[in-house]
Amino acid sequence: MTAPKPAVLRLEGVHTHIGAYHILHGVDLQVPEGEVTMLLGRNGAGKTTTLRTIMGLHRASQGAIHFRGRPIHGHETPDIAQQGIAYVPETMGIFTDLTVQENMVLAARSAAHAGALDAQRLDWIFGLFPALKKFWLYPAGKLSGGQKQMLAVARAIVEPRTLILIDEPSKGLAPSIVQNLISALRELKAQQTTLLLVEQNFQMARALGDTVAVMDDGRVVHSGPMAQLAEDEALQQRLLGLSLGAHQ
Amino acid sequence: MTITTTTITPPGVTADAIPKASFDWKPIALVLALVAGALPAIGSPSTWVTLTVAGLAMGLIIFVIASGLTLIFGLMDVLNFGHGVFIALGAFVATSVMGFGMGAGWSGFASVFAAMLVAMLVAGAVGLAFERIIVRPVYGLHLKQILITMGGMIVGEEIIKVIWGPLQIALPLPDELRGAWLFGDAAIEKYRVLAAAVGLVVFAALVFTLNRTKIGLLIRAGVQDRSMVEALGYRIRRLFVGVFVAGSALAGLGGVLWGLYQQSVTPQIGAQVNVLIFIVIIIGGLGSTFGCFIGALAVGLMANYTGFLAPKVALFSNIALMAAILLWRPQGLYPVTNR
Repeated sequence: MTAPKPAVLRLEGVHTHIGAYHILHGVDLQVPEGEVTMLLGRNGAGKTTTLRTIMGLHRASQGAIHFRGRPIHGHETPDIAQQGIAYVPETMGIFTDLTVQENMVLAARSAAHAGALDAQRLDWIFGLFPALKKFWLYPAGKLSGGQKQMLAVARAIVEPRTLILIDEPSKGLAPSIVQNLISALRELKAQQTTLLLVEQNFQMARALGDTVAVMDDGRVVHSGPMAQLAEDEALQQRLLGLSLGAHQ
Repeated sequence: MTITTTTITPPGVTADAIPKASFDWKPIALVLALVAGALPAIGSPSTWVTLTVAGLAMGLIIFVIASGLTLIFGLMDVLNFGHGVFIALGAFVATSVMGFGMGAGWSGFASVFAAMLVAMLVAGAVGLAFERIIVRPVYGLHLKQILITMGGMIVGEEIIKVIWGPLQIALPLPDELRGAWLFGDAAIEKYRVLAAAVGLVVFAALVFTLNRTKIGLLIRAGVQDRSMVEALGYRIRRLFVGVFVAGSALAGLGGVLWGLYQQSVTPQIGAQVNVLIFIVIIIGGLGSTFGCFIGALAVGLMANYTGFLAPKVALFSNIALMAAILLWRPQGLYPVTNR
């Protein structure tokens, strides 16, 4: 048995309020370095709020968030991003009035202009997402839903990041596009990029996840290896109200 | 920091293979139609030329003033009803600088350019303080923004009265800028040409900054989705302060141009122009610089044409123009996506 990898991100008893609503009720979560952690749960369980709280887009009212051993709760969103966390929101956050190229230049903080983008890394990204190459100078708002999702992920990887948070990457995408996305995320995983993914697509969750955390009512109610959850239909039924087998 | 964004074509892709974005020409066609439609209504081609140049000059002055306001709203959802105070400040600073320049024997051009420079510096500095003291505590609170920025403008007007007095002050054009060039029967006033040239330079500088620099890219992105810009690691508040100061400085510059256009200045000048600039940014599409440009030209032309054709209608013509455009495009001529 291999020793557990150290956690690159650790949440301890995180509470978040949005206006008058108490959304997270003490989230405890560990994201091991170099692994893919899937955050599952029913709608309204608090998965998106967890990601947004990590990014500082919602302020944690209680609890602690540590990234690479240093506290980041209470930090401003730009500071958190500058420490090496990339975020792909559920809405994709694409700047639709800007071109694909301009979206990428913005995401590459060290690149002052398109010519300063890392050409080798760009080639690798074009290999993962060929459509971005084709539509490089096209307004991002004109891309299809799947292409926008590819752009959103490409922006997150245009420069090396320690941790990438992706909220529902497969949402609304055709199965063939989802397969492309799984391949791209697998390649990222092979490069030891740490990923924390919120996902409703269990096929995708099982295909990618090393570890899993299941949320319900603003808390993590289960965490462990993905393989364990994938094999235990009773556990799936109890935690998620359905089984992965039923979705194959 | 000046950073240019050059366009590169990704390896293996020919330029022909890249689909081109389509540009929306309809609002430009609308302005051209307004200009063309005015000719038969006015009758005399020389009068039409004179009015058109006057309208374009007025429109470009309004654009200089309004461009900062539309970006301030676009970036941070801040409704700054106090923008007018920077206009008044610029105009009054111009009276002092030009008065000093005349006394010191400066040329008319030197006096005007010195007035523009000092007005921009003073308005920018006051804008920095205005943002910190008045606007920052009310981010995200629209009703309070309206009340406190209007209050800020009233206080600003009173301070102007304390410094320059409550009465109207003459701001005569220097001799070099008086008079007109005659092209046949059409008279083109020299000052209007200068004002139009300044407006075009500001427009070109804004277009360059917004489209060719990374700061401009951040502003355009921030207008669409500021939280995502922050999630990419950029401090949008610092950017906003920069835009607020630049917008205030441009309003100061616009105040000088407007004061010289009217050849007199009153402490209420800001409040008077405020209505026009809000019409322009609403017509253009809140947050859109190009929309603001086209909207300002349409308003300037409409004001001059109706002022000649039907003076009694002129007062309400811009409101009518805004209503008509909003019926056609409820989000303005060039709406910013995601807003």
